[in-house]
Amino acid sequence: MLDSKIPSGPLAEKWTNYKNSQKLVNPANKRKLDIIVVGTGLAGASAAASLGALGFNVDIFCIQDSPRRAHSIAAQGGINAAKNYQNDGDSVERLFRDTIKGGDYRSREANVYRLAEVSGTIIDQCVAQGVPFARDYGGLLDNRSFGGAQVSRTFYAKGQTGQQLLLGAYGALSREIARGTVKLHERREMMDLVIKDGKARGIIVRNLVTGDLERYAAHAVVLATGGYGNLYYLSTNAMNSNGSAAWVCHRKGAAFANPCYVQIHPTCIPVHGDYQSKLTLMSESLRNDGRIWVPKKKEDAEAVRAGKMRANDIPEEDRDYYLERRYPAFGNLVPRDVASRAAKERCDAGYGVGTGYAVYLDFADAIRRLGKDAVEQKYGNLFQMYQKITDENPYETPMMIYPAIHYTMGGLWVDYELQTTIPGLFAAGEANFSDHGANRLGASALMQGLADGYYVLPYTLQNYLADQINVGKIKTDTAEFDEAENNVRQRINRLFQIREPLTSHPSTLTSVDHFHKALGKIMWEYCGMARNTESLNKAQKLVSELEDEFWKSVFVPGTANEFNPELEKACRLEDYFELAQLVIADALHREESCGGHFRTEHQTTDGETLRDDDRFMYVAAWEYQGHGHPETMEKEPLNYEHIQIATRNYK
Amino acid sequence: MKFTLHIWRQECSRAKGHFETYKVDNISPDCSFLEMLDILNEQLITGSTLTSHLSPSTSPIAHPVCFDNDCREGICGMCGLYINGRPHGNDDGITTCQLHMRKFHDGDDIWIEPWRAKAFPVIRDLVVDRSAFDKIIQAGGYISTTTGGVPDANTIPIPKHKADMAMDAASCIGCGACVAACKNASAMLFVGAKVSHLALLPQGKVEAADRVKKMVCKMDELGFGSCTNTYACEAECPKLIKRQNISRLNRHWIASLLGRDRNS
Repeated sequence: MLDSKIPSGPLAEKWTNYKNSQKLVNPANKRKLDIIVVGTGLAGASAAASLGALGFNVDIFCIQDSPRRAHSIAAQGGINAAKNYQNDGDSVERLFRDTIKGGDYRSREANVYRLAEVSGTIIDQCVAQGVPFARDYGGLLDNRSFGGAQVSRTFYAKGQTGQQLLLGAYGALSREIARGTVKLHERREMMDLVIKDGKARGIIVRNLVTGDLERYAAHAVVLATGGYGNLYYLSTNAMNSNGSAAWVCHRKGAAFANPCYVQIHPTCIPVHGDYQSKLTLMSESLRNDGRIWVPKKKEDAEAVRAGKMRANDIPEEDRDYYLERRYPAFGNLVPRDVASRAAKERCDAGYGVGTGYAVYLDFADAIRRLGKDAVEQKYGNLFQMYQKITDENPYETPMMIYPAIHYTMGGLWVDYELQTTIPGLFAAGEANFSDHGANRLGASALMQGLADGYYVLPYTLQNYLADQINVGKIKTDTAEFDEAENNVRQRINRLFQIREPLTSHPSTLTSVDHFHKALGKIMWEYCGMARNTESLNKAQKLVSELEDEFWKSVFVPGTANEFNPELEKACRLEDYFELAQLVIADALHREESCGGHFRTEHQTTDGETLRDDDRFMYVAAWEYQGHGHPETMEKEPLNYEHIQIATRNYK
Repeated sequence: MKFTLHIWRQECSRAKGHFETYKVDNISPDCSFLEMLDILNEQLITGSTLTSHLSPSTSPIAHPVCFDNDCREGICGMCGLYINGRPHGNDDGITTCQLHMRKFHDGDDIWIEPWRAKAFPVIRDLVVDRSAFDKIIQAGGYISTTTGGVPDANTIPIPKHKADMAMDAASCIGCGACVAACKNASAMLFVGAKVSHLALLPQGKVEAADRVKKMVCKMDELGFGSCTNTYACEAECPKLIKRQNISRLNRHWIASLLGRDRNS
């Protein structure tokens, strides 16, 4: 039975009530308690720094060579906070409502309210750390607008907000490392979770340089390992971002919630070739000033695709600014899922440009209105990035963009304390499912990661750890650690065993990437921006066939005891096959459309999502039943006590 | 497009390295440099005949070329290759992952090496250990705040030009190109950028003198070379960090030796 542990009392007082009544650990006892944090992105770094500063002993792990490289660094546009510095009517209540509505009424009220409540303090914290947010000429902080909001509440640092926030958290983390409260383990990948007497007590990691398996024990484990967007191969995620740490916890009993809620970001540089390894995001902030359009006439679109016509040749009256046409109230700033589907609709109808799967994002108006210098000041690095990739100058010709996989709202199920269904295992940031419902609003991922790490976990972890002060040091030379390490060793050996018969027939060798690309194509095609029973059934079958093929012919070169990126990729892909099946199963069971989950059978006459609140107003939390067995699902009903449920309307 | 690649191969930090030569063909000009290496690796893994492996190799199937990479959009600082004698290759203001094959001529010979610096030992092939940069930051490259108990973000106004200068300095991604470009393998641009970023902000002034001393001492201790003001670092920095940050570092360093806190 899932217990979300939502505190009692009116919504606005729940978090305060919780903090007033939770258990604390005194400073002398904090020194006796060990915490493992996996991941050094915004959630992981901020949690480790805060917990270290409180006096706990923290071990932190990252797969990169430095904690500063976690993928939070790539977030461009900004971070939301209900500061109301612009006097435009913002408030905690308004940010809360926008987030619930943006998530299409599929998130937990109490969590979202807490997120909005602590958002302002995050900005204070970051400024104190020296994060160089953009400022106006009076020296005060500047804001811009993001999708799904009618106020300007997004704080930003050029187009590198994620980087600057992460460097702030990395600075705080570095200070704790220097003070000795946090120990850093870089180039380590979590391979398994160790459970003792029903509680999370440690992890097995692979040292990516030597290949050694290492054991670490603690009184609690925090997972801050991001999302699983790379399941789709082509995504805006970094190459090494992966879902495996969360997935091994799921195998060990942690419920996985709403896996089918995957966010597709509307403004990415379109796909252009088979060799392509990733899709580059063009920040949502560009929609503040850029206008999205396609040709009104099909023959113009065809001419553009054939290279006989250029965007600038199409006169104003022949351009279809379809977002402004369909959603006059929000225009180009509709939420991501809405903007993505609208782009797909136009391209499927034959109005796409470029390869046919692209639309224009045009800055001509903004350049006329503000001048080229002002546009460059705001978006310079994004324009440069675009130009380097496409060899086209976006100051002169409109950008071409198309939706791409970007973020996963689904993740490990957590209660109000961010604790998973395994006692002592906590999940923060994108790795959990908690705050964004079926669609995340722009600039809210950074907010959530830092809220979890700076302001939620330092409280809720103490509530758990207060009962652990008499447990004593957790040892790693126990049967539970032996078993977990052996399992990992067997998993790795199995990958090398398949290759033995292959090496005598070199023509049959297939790389890990080959399978990953094939998996991504299946998922994008049949479980992507639009899904239906037929496509999902097909996906299920294709994924299972591909997995069989993988176990027959994948070739992993080298050995387990060396620096071996191909082995890393193979281990992650093995987990993706299972994860893909769960995403598909979840998408199949949810016979409604909401946020990023669009079932073509369930739409309004004008192509908008059609929810079924009577049947599906719940969180679907899945439990692992062994490889190849369908997972079982438990429901956490969503009770909206505070907010009036409505149809999401951006018109 | 087709290319002849001369790639530094080195099994581990203790092994002796050497160049191996490979050929790749049918490369799209829109392909990024790292995607071109992906294609090479795919060929090495599957033993595809497309690659004629020119020099003799001991194993029948060659181990793919190892190189660090992650975000592939120029922000994480993970990738870094020395390409035809230039860190991040022949283009300005980009990282290796943002370099595209259209910047080369069809049929070019391309020499690919790891960063070469005493403080950055090779881990395998083109992968180096840059943890020395983390150690410099740990020595003091931060503002000592703990979580909570901070004033409202708008309490201290910061002049826009100062904030902008701090932002420019803070945009360093810690890739190490400055060290690789420097004939002395000096880390002055990296350290200067962090010292400047924090010293330019009122929040960072409190610890400015102490910070510069600790970071510079750590830099020297870790085996980075001295700065002789040739500014190869500035020329190769993918984030266009300016040499003025080195000057500011020097001013703060001297002031700290004299026991004075500089105001900027």
